[in-house]
Amino acid sequence: MAEFLFEIGLEEVPARMIPGAEAELLRRVVALLGRERLLPEGFEELSGARSFSTPRRLAVYVSDVLAAQTDVTEEVTGPAAKIAFKDGVPTPAAEAFAKKNGVSIGDLKRIDTPKGEYIAVSTVKKGRTAAEVILEELPKEIGSIYWAKNMRWIPGATQTFVRPVQWMVCLLGESVLPVEFAGKTAGRVSFGHRVLSSGEAFEVQVPASYAAQLEGEYVLAEVEARRHKIRKALDRVCRTVAGARWREDEALVDKMTHLVEWPDVLLGTFEPEYLELPEEVLVTVMRDHQNYFALEGADGKLAPYFLAVLNISLTETNQPIIKQGNERVLRARFNDARFFWEFDQRTPLTERVKRLENVTFQKDLGSYAAKSERVRVLARSLADGLEGVDVAALEEAAVLAKADLTAELVKEFTELQGVIGGLYAKAQGASKLVYESIYDQYKPAGMDDSVPRSYEGALLGIADRADTIAGMFGLGMEPTGSKDPFALRRAANAIVKILAETGLPLTLEQVITGAAKDAATAERIRGFFRERVEFYLREAKGFSYDVVAAVMAAGWSDVRDAVARAEAVSVARGGEDFTAVSAAFKRMKNILAQAQFELAADAVYAGGDLAVEERLFGKYTAVSAQVKTAAAERQYADALAAIATLRSEVDAFFEGVMVNDPDAAVRERRLTLLALIVAGVSGIADFSEIVVSNS
Amino acid sequence: MKSESQKKALTFQEILFALQKFWAEHGCVLQQPYDLEVGAGTMSPDTFLRVLGPKPINIAYAQPSRRPADGRYGENPNRLFRHTQLQVILKPPPERVQELYLESLEAIGINLAEHDIKFEEDNWEWPVGGAWGVGWQVMLDGQEITQFTYFQQCGGMDLDPISGEITYGLERLAQFVQDLDSVYDIVWSRDAVTGKELTYGQVRLHEEQQFSSYSFDYADVPSLWKHLELYEAECLALLARSKEVLVEEGGDPLTILRFPTMGAYELALKCSHTFNLLDARGAISVTERVGVMARIRNLIVGVAKVYAEQERLKALVSETTLVGA
Repeated sequence: MAEFLFEIGLEEVPARMIPGAEAELLRRVVALLGRERLLPEGFEELSGARSFSTPRRLAVYVSDVLAAQTDVTEEVTGPAAKIAFKDGVPTPAAEAFAKKNGVSIGDLKRIDTPKGEYIAVSTVKKGRTAAEVILEELPKEIGSIYWAKNMRWIPGATQTFVRPVQWMVCLLGESVLPVEFAGKTAGRVSFGHRVLSSGEAFEVQVPASYAAQLEGEYVLAEVEARRHKIRKALDRVCRTVAGARWREDEALVDKMTHLVEWPDVLLGTFEPEYLELPEEVLVTVMRDHQNYFALEGADGKLAPYFLAVLNISLTETNQPIIKQGNERVLRARFNDARFFWEFDQRTPLTERVKRLENVTFQKDLGSYAAKSERVRVLARSLADGLEGVDVAALEEAAVLAKADLTAELVKEFTELQGVIGGLYAKAQGASKLVYESIYDQYKPAGMDDSVPRSYEGALLGIADRADTIAGMFGLGMEPTGSKDPFALRRAANAIVKILAETGLPLTLEQVITGAAKDAATAERIRGFFRERVEFYLREAKGFSYDVVAAVMAAGWSDVRDAVARAEAVSVARGGEDFTAVSAAFKRMKNILAQAQFELAADAVYAGGDLAVEERLFGKYTAVSAQVKTAAAERQYADALAAIATLRSEVDAFFEGVMVNDPDAAVRERRLTLLALIVAGVSGIADFSEIVVSNS
Repeated sequence: MKSESQKKALTFQEILFALQKFWAEHGCVLQQPYDLEVGAGTMSPDTFLRVLGPKPINIAYAQPSRRPADGRYGENPNRLFRHTQLQVILKPPPERVQELYLESLEAIGINLAEHDIKFEEDNWEWPVGGAWGVGWQVMLDGQEITQFTYFQQCGGMDLDPISGEITYGLERLAQFVQDLDSVYDIVWSRDAVTGKELTYGQVRLHEEQQFSSYSFDYADVPSLWKHLELYEAECLALLARSKEVLVEEGGDPLTILRFPTMGAYELALKCSHTFNLLDARGAISVTERVGVMARIRNLIVGVAKVYAEQERLKALVSETTLVGA
């Protein structure tokens, strides 16, 4: 048994692609060794296999690899005995079979099979050595790693990979496996940090010494070790500023972890005068454009400092130089932002609105001026009849909402559209309701983001997205499969989330009919939104598949209500009575479906002749009244508790009554009773969808 | 007061000399800047056309690059109507080309041990040229100083061999080396005898002032449209002619060699610059924009295709006849 190490050295791999590729390489190597029977019995992947990555390398270490596959004895069946031997003399068929398997006639044996007596031979298939397998198979595994973007670099070859391969190390125990990939042959030579190490190649002695040797060359190859070092350094450096804290930013920590091999953290400062610029702008410049962490003081406000993660150790000599360089760049960026901030303000949003006529939203849907007008009208109509909505403020926000698209600052920082508009509106004297609505219009940006702060902001966000969705559907540009070029799914997810989480008393049906230009388009949009609500309940709220199906069947246009029902059903579904009643509902639905029974609108239960039937009707009448009262107040837990009390009457009914009575009138009456019960609770969920386990 | 680093730092022109010398010593042909308006060194035929086809080339040149919309009348310390790129094309790129590039930084006095250097993913795309590549922006102490690209496609055609493109932003590099906030304070030259310095502002400020106002305020929009149409029409006519001339069967070798594909390319470049002027002038609505860009793409990609075909035929011709290439 021997240790195994594989390292592939690359020109800097994009940070965003490293984690996936590292995990995939590990998975592929372990799967390959497992598949080829080269891992010992009881091999534990968690403790026995490890992976490493830096911007310049991916590596895998396996603690125990067998030297070779074990030999396998196989029994090969040949011709039937009576064909192979005539009167005890081998026929040409026997000779051919022996020859094919490389044995003499004497090695052939007779075996009994269900088809009769046959000739067979035992052959030993020699196991291949680990070296043979790895040399042959590993290149295919490396070549199959998924990269979001590949390149070609070898003249005359179609080989693609994320970046050119610089070197490879492949060791089994102490020996080199000269694996070939992308024009390179693996050896034991690797490279350390570009600047901090000598720059000369070094030899990896044995697989186990890999990480330690690299550390000696100023490369922390373990991702988690690097992340930890960065976090500790951020904390340590931050403590040198009294009362300051660095703004937690998991995504940036992650990015920086994959951008450096030997991290250190630098504290930089900027002139406090820049703090007059909006915090949003400063933070965006620092985070998105410079990869800097922002610092805040004890009051939670931005402090005039930043933290930069470096790919080099700070020393007394280089610290002032690197600090000055980073500070100069940031100053230039802040200056630019300030220039745009002041320049943009010379033309107020109210004037910019006119310029939107020249900004195309979509070629068949017209300019942003036209869109703004449609959004204003739609938002106003959605607000119609809602209490507590300042319609004038809403309309003002809708008119100004897109004006910041003409601002230089938004052209520079596109990720701040809406936010910049809100800030300009505030600076230009708009009311709080108006500027906050503009500011919040693109919220939520994702499932984890917060929703707009006001009803006005929520209505603006809904109307804007609904207009886009309706417009695109009207042009036949709806999402298909994995294609969603206009991000309509994300827009619809945001609408669903706003309706679910703002308390805005609005239904999707109102949004859809308000935005769609005709009934056919509305119908298609309805199907689209149904999926989005399902997605929201399942993915964002984590309700189980069957609960979502049951709740959706009872209606989904009122998203908040659907969420409340799903919560109640999720809680109730564990209860014994509820489970029994769910099973009973499934039975009722089946009976009704088999009978192809349709409940007439004016159907009444005519009264039965059996006590169990009467008792069920009586109980149902009482329960349905309770359900109605509870549902009206969205007390769905109470409603479900009431429904669960149907259990004993339902059970008794099914034990004592045959629904499909030969007498048509009796049958009709009993079907009507069941249909009334099903319909009576159908506003909450279709309980027949609930999966009832057998246990 | 000047810091020590500022005093000993290379001047703008010394940086250019040093980089040119470095790349010349590493096998590059030094070419002069292309004498037409281009927005980037990539658009010079020494890059755009030479990366096509199989012929290897290592070439370096400084390229003044005009971007009318980026002009700020000389009032913004970091934005210019015209900046200078040092463009290096390595076709095919040598092994360990990044290490070679880092050596070039040492050649202009940057001691890497004193700085933080990172290669961050930055892929390049020029849709109008049907060109794209993958690569990095090279960040030195938080400043982007170089764009490093492995060209993959040009004129909509896969490249084989590919080219490595290294584009230094000379102003940014000089600001970095000289530790300055404003581009206009860059020391352009220092008199060897008197020590008298000329700044970037003294050399170029008036150009920034005048060309910004030309691009934003004076350029005559109807004339620009007319220019665009004329250049486009002539370019299209040449592209059409190429179909008659560049034929494998019975084509006249000398006519093939002399067909002015590069003339067509210059007309396409004129269109591109005229478009940029119209854009800076605010004369192109967003709706029109897409259409005009498609027209220019048609020219530029068309030229690239003709160029590739001409090169292929030239290779055939020089194999079978004695006509010099």
